[in-house]
Amino acid sequence: MTGQRIPILRFGAHLLVSIQVDIDDQMAVQLQDDLSMAIVRAGARGVMIDISALDVVDSFIGRILGTIAATSRILDAETVVAGMQPSVAITLVELGLSFKGVRTALNVERGMDLLRAIEREGTTDVDDA
Amino acid sequence: MSTTHEQLPIASSGDVVLVRNAVRTAAERMGFRQIDVTKLVTAASEIARNTLVYGGGGTAQVNCLDGDSRSGVRVVFEDQGPGIPDLQLALREGYTTGRGMGLGLSGSKKLVDEFEIDSEVARGTRVTMTKWR
Amino acid sequence: MKNDGGNLLSEILRGEETDLLAEWLKHQMSAAGMAGRISEEDLREKSRTFLRGFTEATQHGNFTDIDAPEWEKVREVLAEVSKIGARQGLSPAQTATFVFSLKQPLFSRIAVKTTDAGTLAAQLWNLTTLVDQLGLRTTELHQKGREEVINRQQRDILELSTPVVKLWDGIVALPLIGALDSERTQVVMETLLEQIVANSALIAIIDITGVPTVDTLVAQHLLKAVAAARLMGAECIISGIRPQIAQTMVHLGVELHEVVTKASLADAFAVALKRTHRKVMSDRAVEAPRV
Repeated sequence: MTGQRIPILRFGAHLLVSIQVDIDDQMAVQLQDDLSMAIVRAGARGVMIDISALDVVDSFIGRILGTIAATSRILDAETVVAGMQPSVAITLVELGLSFKGVRTALNVERGMDLLRAIEREGTTDVDDA
Repeated sequence: MSTTHEQLPIASSGDVVLVRNAVRTAAERMGFRQIDVTKLVTAASEIARNTLVYGGGGTAQVNCLDGDSRSGVRVVFEDQGPGIPDLQLALREGYTTGRGMGLGLSGSKKLVDEFEIDSEVARGTRVTMTKWR
Repeated sequence: MKNDGGNLLSEILRGEETDLLAEWLKHQMSAAGMAGRISEEDLREKSRTFLRGFTEATQHGNFTDIDAPEWEKVREVLAEVSKIGARQGLSPAQTATFVFSLKQPLFSRIAVKTTDAGTLAAQLWNLTTLVDQLGLRTTELHQKGREEVINRQQRDILELSTPVVKLWDGIVALPLIGALDSERTQVVMETLLEQIVANSALIAIIDITGVPTVDTLVAQHLLKAVAAARLMGAECIISGIRPQIAQTMVHLGVELHEVVTKASLADAFAVALKRTHRKVMSDRAVEAPRV
């Protein structure tokens, strides 16, 4: 389990991360580091994180996603978290976790639309996408 | 009337995932709805992490409860860590030690039906959470 | 409570398993019970497992506490049998004949092996108490099974009667009708979220024109659903809030800060169109060839 890294794929100016596996805290922190490096190396403008396979997102993973979004923005890349399952969304609301600053989309396709729209119209207010 | 399952060690972040999986399996076996599986597993994940990070490691015991009128899952976490000095404070919604422990406790409490903490400074902590189907 | 009656029972169970099983099955077949609802093989298998567990358990000498660990195997079979009975629509009594039809074969064997009237009475008493407890447990488990079936059916009905309608590309509407209670609202909201995913909806309109009153709990569930939808990447518009409900919400301190509300579903649809259309227009503007 530990030592496993989540692969980061590149599509032009975008990076795609698909979290398929049971992600533990160490992997999450590793992903955060790997992504920052990858953004700089690739000069990426957008990051797509696909969490459609996750049926549990707890406060730690939630915070990591927020940190990734904030860090990416500083590195001039926008982040979209796509595919949150309804049960996960309901649970996060109950937990009271704030996802402010993280853009979300129903699926990767909508997420790509969103990334393209943001890049076109310049950086819009996060809560106004 | 309960069937006791394994006692799982919590000594690494990989163990937290194993605890999640065990709780998920138990909840699914007891026929929980998806939303309730997610809530219970999330709560278990929070407390398991607390046990690891603040308790210095410990154990989790997953029990399937099959009573006459209802069924559910109970998870008991134990550690011999420093304990929680001010329980009331820690349980208060939104309280955080800066590393998010508060969110784990008060948040988890909302996700399950029964939630008990037994903690003594320098002795350790036991958290018992129960969710009914 | 060990006593002679117990030992005799164990003796019979161990020594005459095959005959006992055959006779018991015959009684089950003639009673209006599980027979006919499950295959004969399944019934035989379950009966055999029960008998084996029963035999082992009685060897411990405990004939009163069927919750003790030695009775676990027996309880498991009862749980399985009850579940089948509940699902098949049998009555609790019918399901319980599984256990009760074991009385006669055991009684007759005990009677044959005992000559002393006093001992016979004691043994039959022990056996009766035991079998009755097991039979009662079966009816309780059956009841629990029935409740689960009913709950599941109710939830299915709730889900089916939650009509989420796709109004346009990326826009769905949920016209709620009738009184909302906490349970119904929760199920409805879960269905809405699933439909948002299924329709890849950017905007969901929750219309409560047809809802007479909204209390704190329902309002909270509504708001949680809106928050959850936003987390997933969809926005909600609540339409059809009547004056009374608006007043109640203010009264109850329900805050709708960031939620867009519109008087009618039509208004909400117009807003939704504008918001999603704007994105569509933007895409087209980029793709349109320069003239």
